[in-house]
Amino acid sequence: MASMASCNMASCNRALRIPLLALVVASGLALLPASAEPTFPALTGRVVDDAGLLSPEDRQALSAELEALEAKSSDQLVVVTLPSLQDYAIEDFGYQLGRHWGLGTAKLDNGVLLIVAPNERKVRIEVGYGLEPILTDALTRIIIENAILPRFREGNFPGGIKDGVRDIALALTGDAAELEARARARHDADEPAIDWFTIIFWTIIILWVAYSLYSSTGTVSSSGRSRGRSSASSGGSSWSSGGGSSGGFSGGGGSFGGGGSSGSW
Amino acid sequence: MLAFAGVRLGGAARAVCLVLAGLTLAGCGINTIPTLDEQAKAAWSEVLNQFQRRADLIPNLVETVKGFAEQESKVLTEVVEARSKATQVQIPPDILTNKEAFENFQNAQSNLSGALGRLLVVVERYPDLKSNQNFLALQSQLEGTENRIAIARRDYIVAVKDYNTELRTIPGRWWRALLYPDAEPMQNFSVSEETTKVPEVKF
Repeated sequence: MASMASCNMASCNRALRIPLLALVVASGLALLPASAEPTFPALTGRVVDDAGLLSPEDRQALSAELEALEAKSSDQLVVVTLPSLQDYAIEDFGYQLGRHWGLGTAKLDNGVLLIVAPNERKVRIEVGYGLEPILTDALTRIIIENAILPRFREGNFPGGIKDGVRDIALALTGDAAELEARARARHDADEPAIDWFTIIFWTIIILWVAYSLYSSTGTVSSSGRSRGRSSASSGGSSWSSGGGSSGGFSGGGGSFGGGGSSGSW
Repeated sequence: MLAFAGVRLGGAARAVCLVLAGLTLAGCGINTIPTLDEQAKAAWSEVLNQFQRRADLIPNLVETVKGFAEQESKVLTEVVEARSKATQVQIPPDILTNKEAFENFQNAQSNLSGALGRLLVVVERYPDLKSNQNFLALQSQLEGTENRIAIARRDYIVAVKDYNTELRTIPGRWWRALLYPDAEPMQNFSVSEETTKVPEVKF
């Protein structure tokens, strides 16, 4: 039954094991992103207090306030305190952190980050692309100078942070009509875009594999050449998109472009 | 059905090979070059956008400074001239692949940065101007714009690097030879960020 040129399953697999392993490892490594960025803190919630400036009650109260803001307007405002800026300027660190966490929805880019670095004595309000017309550079500068820095100079970090958050929220919810428009847009933005092409492509592949497995009886049906595969798939992006968060707080995929302003004391 | 160097594969190994082939090809397929090209062009538009934004801030700035420091006409004229040169520079449609046009553009913008820097240094000598509300607002806008310019440049540099790399590596080379013979590597910023950055003036 078996032709002279064939080998049985066991010896074939053994011979292929090493190159196959190498291929697996190589493709795994190919999927890893190269990193030349600062180490970002984990997004554990709406208040990430790595520098330990706030008491648990303060953190609780602030988180509730920020959650209410998001429910009202879909804007994601996050407070983060950092023990170190890792030798980056706060402007450099800020937009990269905002992008890493992906605050704000992907469509609206309505994220805001209040960053406090007490050891470098710097504070920054980082504003996502979508909110730049509302939280302008001049406005954020005023908030920093009037609400945040006076308290920080007295050493009152919780007070400065609370006042800053209050003023930012005020600016974001100031215009009722704009607010409603963003809240409405959020429901549209929540629907994930479905990549039909990739789904159909892979369904066909899987069906083909299943068919060939089912009907495989060991007969030779190929001409000896391996099939060329001209893949017309739409890039690798669909493989790296993250799954939804399971109940915790996470960014909506928004991006940042350097809006906002900084201050120091 | 799927033969591998003359050796027949069992069903499971076949499936694994298939999935791996798909995975590795998904990232370097036929669509990669146009996608990266569009990304680089979008990043470039953003860079242009931010430079334009800076140019738009300048007339206001010049007027405000004139109100307090009329006698600094030399520096003020310098800024106005540098700005008009920068906004008048030719941006031909092939600027991204045309080395000369790209460098012209870059030089015009860094001249403007230099002139702005000198203006801000001069402003230091006028305490009334420094504490003027109008000026402070303009200054924060200018700082914000410089920040955005820096970030837009960085995003562009990354996008161009990805595109140029794709054109030079396998299998991008093959796709290019086959389907995109017109694809040229794009120009990148050569003037360092430091020289194009307007010096920060601390008050």
